[in-house]
Amino acid sequence: MWEYTDKVREHFLNPRNIGAMQDADAVAEVGSLACGDALKLYLKVKDGVIENASFQTFGCASAIASSSALTEMVKGLSLDEALKISNKDIAGFLGGLPKEKMHCSVMGQEALEAAIRSYRGEPPVPLSHEGKLICKCFGVTDEQISKAVRENGLTTVEEITNFTKAGGGCGDCQEEIAAILARTLEEMSGKAASRAPGADKDLPPGLGDLRKGRETAPVLSNVQRMQKVMNALEEIVRPRLKQDGGDIELVDIAGKEVSVALRGMCTSCPSSRLTIEGFVQQTLREQVEPGITVREVSQ
Amino acid sequence: MSEKIIYFDNNATTGVAPEVLEAMLPYLGPEYGNPSSMYRFAGASQRAVQKAREQTAALLGAGTEEIIFTSCGTESDSTAILSALRARPDKKHFVTTRIEHPAVMALGQQLEQDGYTVTWLGVDDKGRVNLDEFTRSLARDTALVSMMYANNETGNIYPVAEVGAICRERGVPFHVDAVQAVGKLPVNLEELPIDYLSMSGHKIHAPKGIGLLYVRRGTPFRPFLRGGHQERGRRAGTEAVPNIVALGAACELAGKHIDEENGRVKALRDDLQKRLLESIPDSIINGDPENRLPGTLNISFKNVEGEAILLLLDQYGICASSGSACTSGSLEPSHVLRAMGVPFTYSHGSVRLSLCRYNTQEEVDFVADALPKIIARLREISPYKD
Repeated sequence: MWEYTDKVREHFLNPRNIGAMQDADAVAEVGSLACGDALKLYLKVKDGVIENASFQTFGCASAIASSSALTEMVKGLSLDEALKISNKDIAGFLGGLPKEKMHCSVMGQEALEAAIRSYRGEPPVPLSHEGKLICKCFGVTDEQISKAVRENGLTTVEEITNFTKAGGGCGDCQEEIAAILARTLEEMSGKAASRAPGADKDLPPGLGDLRKGRETAPVLSNVQRMQKVMNALEEIVRPRLKQDGGDIELVDIAGKEVSVALRGMCTSCPSSRLTIEGFVQQTLREQVEPGITVREVSQ
Repeated sequence: MSEKIIYFDNNATTGVAPEVLEAMLPYLGPEYGNPSSMYRFAGASQRAVQKAREQTAALLGAGTEEIIFTSCGTESDSTAILSALRARPDKKHFVTTRIEHPAVMALGQQLEQDGYTVTWLGVDDKGRVNLDEFTRSLARDTALVSMMYANNETGNIYPVAEVGAICRERGVPFHVDAVQAVGKLPVNLEELPIDYLSMSGHKIHAPKGIGLLYVRRGTPFRPFLRGGHQERGRRAGTEAVPNIVALGAACELAGKHIDEENGRVKALRDDLQKRLLESIPDSIINGDPENRLPGTLNISFKNVEGEAILLLLDQYGICASSGSACTSGSLEPSHVLRAMGVPFTYSHGSVRLSLCRYNTQEEVDFVADALPKIIARLREISPYKD
C-alpha cells in the first residue's frame, strides 16, 4: 500500500471545500477520465484576491488530498501570489507525496494556473497550441515535461513519469522524453546558445544520439524560445525598466506570442504601448527570433 | 491492528487455516530433520513430505511422482514454461493470452525479446477467449501453449479442457496456471489433458512460500534449479518441510470444502453482487457472470477511482483490491480490464471482492451497507456526474 503522510490521509478523509461553486469567477479543469484523475477548480476573486476556492476531483487519495490542500492554500492570496504556488509547495503542504504520486500535485498547480489565466482572459489552455504532444496515453506535451524538469530539478525519465505521467502508459514515447530531458537540462545549464553541435559531453550517458537532428532545426523549439525570451527579459528588459521605477512580468509564451504584464511605474505610464512595442518587442526580436510579438495583458 | 477486519481479498492471499498451522508447527519446532538424512531422527520429516505429496496428488487427481514442490506459483510457472521450451529448442512459437497473471505475461514478454514469436490471444468484453481463434493460432513451430485456469481479477474460468484437447490433437504441450482455480473448482488431472499445472499454497489457506508444479508423466522436463536429488532431481534444494506439510494439509482441507465453496460461498458472493448492483447506480460486473470462480466479484463504479474506494473501505476495516491505475503500480488500469475493453469511465473504478469459506453473511451485510455510502461520497467529490 502507499505510504501517505497523516496530512494526506486527513485531507483525503476530510476534504475541505468540496463541490461546484455557483458564483465562481474562474473555473478550470485539468486531467481526464482516461488519465485516471481530473480536477475542476473554482475560484471566487475579489479585488485581485482569491476570496474562496472549491474543487471537484476524480482520482486517488493523493489527488483528492492535493486538491483539498490547494483550495486551502490559495484562499486570501492575490492572483500573483497564487501563481507562485508550485507543485512542490502543494506536496510540501501535505508533508510530501510518494514519488509515484507527484503528478497529483502537478495537476493542482496546472488547474490553479489555468483558472487564473481564464480569469484574466488569457488563452484557457496555456501552451497547448504550440506544445507538441509527446505522451499520447496521458496527453502530455513537451512543454509540460520541460516545465516539470525545470521546476523540480528532475534528472531521469522515471522521475518525469512520476511527476507528469508521461511515458507511464505504453512507454513508446520514453526516448522522446529522454531527448526533451537532455535538451532541458542543457538549457538549464545555460549552454544552449553557445554550445557547438555535437558536443554531447554534458548530457546523461546515452542521450547524445537521441538529440541529434534537433541541432540543425532551423526554428527554435518552444522550450528554446521560452528560455531565450526569459533570458532576454531578465538580462536586458527588466534592468532598463527598473531604472525608470517600472518592472515587467512574463505571463505566457504561446508560440511566438509573448504575453507580459507591466508593473510599478510602467502600469500608469502613458507611453506603455511604446514601451511594449518599441522596446520590449524590439529587444526580443533582436535577441530571440524575428517573428516575436509582444502583447500586454492586464493583471 | 486490533479493530475487526473483514477480509474480502482472498484472491490476493488467504489466512492460514488453523488445522494447517497445527499440522506444520512440529516441523518448525522439534522435527527439524533433513528428509535426505539417513538416521531415524530425519524419518519424521521424510514421512511428512511423503504424506503431503499424497495429499496434494489426491486433490489434483495426479500421481505422487507427478508432483514437484516449489517455492511459489511464479516459480512453478517459470519452471514449466522454460522447461517446456528448452525441451524443444527448435520450436520458437509460444501461445498465451492477454489476461494472464504477470508471472506468465512478463515471461512471455521476455521470450519475445529472446527471439520467440508470442501469440497473445485477445478476449471479448466479458473476458472470454475464442476457441477458433486459439486453434488458428497454432503453428508447426508452436512449442507451448499456456493459459490460466481462472483469472485472478475477474474470476473468469477458461476452457482448459477444450484447449488441452486441441493441444493434444496437435501434439503441442499445454501449461495451465491454476493458482486461482485449485481448491475452488474440482481439478481432476486424470481427465484433463494438461501437461504442466501450477498452483500456490497461500491461495488455499497454506502459508506463503510454497507452490507446486504438476508435470504429467512422460512429459519432457528440464530442471530449473539444479544441484541436488530432491524432488527426484527435478527441483534441487532442501525441502521446505513445514511449508510442504502445510500445503498437504491445506489440499486435504480444500478437497473437503470444495462443495461449500460452490454452495455457501457462491451464494454469499451472489447476494453481495445483487445488493451492490441494486443499491449503486452505474455499476457493472467485470467478467463473465455465467462462468466465474464462486467467491470472486469484480465490480466497477462509474466516475470514481479505485484507490480512493479501497482507502475508504479500509476505514471500515474492509480489505479489497482494485484494478485501478493507482493501485497497480503503473499508471494504467489493469491489463485484464483493458484487454476486455472496459471503458475508462469504469476501469479506473473497479473493485475486486474475493470471498472464501471463512467469510460470513454478516460480513456480506456489512459490506453491502458500507460500499454504497463510499461510492456516493466519492461521486459527490467527482466532477463527472454522468
